Amino acid sequence: MRELIADALKGHNADYVEIRLEDSKSSRIQYRGRDLEDIGQSTGSGGNVRALVNGGWGFISFNDPDELRVKVELAVKQAKLVGNEKSVIARSDPIVDIVPLDLRKDPLAVSLEDKKSLLDEYIDVIWSTPNIQTSTVGYGDSFKKVVFANSEGSYIEQSRVDVTARITAMARDGSDVQQSGISIGSKGDFGAVEGIHQQVKDCAERAVQMLSAPKVKGGQYIVVLDPILAGVFTHEAFGHLSESDFVYENDRMRDIMVLGRKFGKPLLNIVDGGAVPGYRGSYKYDDEGIPSTKTYLIKEGVLVGRLHSRETAAKMSERPTGNARAINYSHQPIVRMSNTYIEPGATTFEEMISGIKEGVYAKNWYGGMTSMEMFTFSAGEAYMIRNGKIAELLRPVVLSGNVFTTLENIDAIGNDLDMNQGGGCGKGGQSPLPVSNGSPHIKIGDCLVGGS
Amino acid sequence: MIESLLNKAKRVCQQAEVFWVTSQNTDASFEANRLKSVETRQGRYLSLRIVKDGRIGYSSTNKIDNADEILQMALDVAKFGAVAEFELPSLQSYPNVEVYDDNVNQVSIEQMVDLGNTMIAAVRDHNAEVICEAGVTKNAISVTLLNSNGGEASYNKTSFSLGVEGLLTRGTDMLFVGEHESSCRPLSDVSKITNTTIEQLERAKETASPIQGQLPVVFTPRGVAIALISPLVIAYNGKNIVQGSSPLVGKLGKSMYTEELSIYDDATINYRPGCRICDDEGIPSRRTPLIEHGNVANFLYDLQTAGMAKAQSTGSANRGGGLPSPSPSTLVVAEGTTSIEDVIADMKQGLVIEILMGAGQGNTIGGEFGGNVLLGYKVENGTIVGRVKNTMVSGNIYSTLKEGVIIGNTSEWVGGALQTPSVYCPSLPVTTQS
Repeated sequence: MRELIADALKGHNADYVEIRLEDSKSSRIQYRGRDLEDIGQSTGSGGNVRALVNGGWGFISFNDPDELRVKVELAVKQAKLVGNEKSVIARSDPIVDIVPLDLRKDPLAVSLEDKKSLLDEYIDVIWSTPNIQTSTVGYGDSFKKVVFANSEGSYIEQSRVDVTARITAMARDGSDVQQSGISIGSKGDFGAVEGIHQQVKDCAERAVQMLSAPKVKGGQYIVVLDPILAGVFTHEAFGHLSESDFVYENDRMRDIMVLGRKFGKPLLNIVDGGAVPGYRGSYKYDDEGIPSTKTYLIKEGVLVGRLHSRETAAKMSERPTGNARAINYSHQPIVRMSNTYIEPGATTFEEMISGIKEGVYAKNWYGGMTSMEMFTFSAGEAYMIRNGKIAELLRPVVLSGNVFTTLENIDAIGNDLDMNQGGGCGKGGQSPLPVSNGSPHIKIGDCLVGGS
Repeated sequence: MIESLLNKAKRVCQQAEVFWVTSQNTDASFEANRLKSVETRQGRYLSLRIVKDGRIGYSSTNKIDNADEILQMALDVAKFGAVAEFELPSLQSYPNVEVYDDNVNQVSIEQMVDLGNTMIAAVRDHNAEVICEAGVTKNAISVTLLNSNGGEASYNKTSFSLGVEGLLTRGTDMLFVGEHESSCRPLSDVSKITNTTIEQLERAKETASPIQGQLPVVFTPRGVAIALISPLVIAYNGKNIVQGSSPLVGKLGKSMYTEELSIYDDATINYRPGCRICDDEGIPSRRTPLIEHGNVANFLYDLQTAGMAKAQSTGSANRGGGLPSPSPSTLVVAEGTTSIEDVIADMKQGLVIEILMGAGQGNTIGGEFGGNVLLGYKVENGTIVGRVKNTMVSGNIYSTLKEGVIIGNTSEWVGGALQTPSVYCPSLPVTTQS
């Protein structure tokens, strides 16, 4: 195959060509209540060719990797239709590498039956909780092998195994339905989804408690975020702004995202890096064959870096960061995050809440969205903070605000960094991409909370 | 391949069904006001569902060279799959639903590029500071379904989509505008899209002073699609009915909403991308009332959920890579009798919402919607005075869509899958950051 790929890449009238071939195998189990809603196994294979001619991209994807040369010609032809300027992509030395699979406990070596029994245990835990109406329990794993080669001589084989579990418990009182959930994920370790019985129990009990919890009164509050929600905030509110494809061809965005701009107080440090090992967003090379890095985005409150593909890096005269990722063979790589987090500070949780007379402690997440300037995210669990203590449980809250002012309003950062691996990121129709995000507890001096 | 797979499966299972889709897609995408890339995709997807010893097995693949492997994967699963509560349909007669137009296939890449350039030029002609992204896409799929009870269906479908999104940046202030449209026939007139986008830019020209409190809110058709539809529809999913997690359990025939509200799920409208002759299990397409004059009319079922609920399938099975699951096809909100323009003209103070960011993230099954007003306008003494910012709106459809709600008298298609008028809610909590 390697020779066929090398042959197909030779002698085209293009500035750059790459080929990506993929082979995958996955399984999933989904329960709704006690009923097995979906269980299945899939296999898949496919590939793509991407070509650059005069600054324009042509891309074709397919299931059969036969006649690769013809496919390359077609992609080059499409690129010619698009391009009308000089092609600019960051320089890269050719890389030849076969990356070994990073595995702790291989989910593919666990039988479907054993996976199902594990979920059955969690379902028993949920249903032994009084007043539970129903639950959803889902598990998925996938193995993917990707072969990448380009016209500059790179040839890289990489494989990864991804595991996720999502559990939601629902309680109902008449037409009032409340839910509470857990999301867990791992790169290459089935162990991550084992032994979470206590978490599941807490989750089910919380769903029931929420039925009798009050709604927060909407308005501005001092808000403390737990590591999971603060991680989602970091990803949504700031991470997407750091993706250079939003910036590189928009002069006004370039002004906003100028390196050296102050974004927060000196205690704020934000990092993204596929080279940070051991998380779902970890990889050795991105989908353009560029080595992953660890990139400081904010250092001591100041913007110092951003995430790049080869094209955005060259057009902004910066170095590529290895953040061009594609969800699968039928998509082009675009600038994406990997593992994004706020670095820990020195404050303990108790110190953080001790001075708050009235505030909201928001934990866990349903989801988040950003429009770059504005963000909104939903906490799965929330409490009032009164006189320096955690007080009553609230109905789930929605937090929203302006990214720039909210980052400036972070005035305490905890010492308890924790990474959330249960999420998946969506952008440009490519979702869910495995990423992780994290943070210590953080305190935001002023945040808008939606409510009654 | 699919016949031989079905025959192999029939020999060892009580029931078997093969679902086979091939697709072709071409996409011209524009970034920063100009053409960025042209993509073409070919795809295929084969899935096998079996019932063995009363239990469901399932596998899927795009590798079609090994029928034995596909069957074995499904048999592995059937050992502990869910108990099947259905009989696969025998040969059915299907309604005539036109969803294929060969003219879509004939549209050239050059014509697609022209359409994208025209959309961007029209928006930038109005305001040259707007930076546009745009997309022009054509699709063709071919669906074949065969089962062991003699059921058989196959159809072709084309679709064509246009969309533009503009970003206007001033300092760190960002304004997002845009519109998209899709059809099973080629779209050549971009004026609906560009006019909507330009109207958004005009209405958002000024930034209005913040307002908060309990306020009247008008959701435009785009606003209805984003904020109200997902909490409305999730409660009709047969799965949530069977599980008892829908707030509508036991409410069939009961009044839950304002009398003015009627919503239909209609899979039989010609040339709408969500429509088709039959669902993904071969059950004939139909028009299913979900809400009629405020009353809960029907729930949406596929074969399995219908079996569990002792009901009939509503032809609502959709496959998204796994086993079929009920979901709506094309939703139509019936027009009311009042002009929303008149309602706005009578409004002393309120909001008009186009995009509510994050609306679907909360407790949608509980009926909640809420989020940040990404694109919305303030109304003062009957006139739109400008855009609102840093503003959140929240509500719950079960308390909101009651007496006092007004359904507009002119509807619009939103993105090809929903037809709805604007909806006026008399009082929703609005919070603002000063």
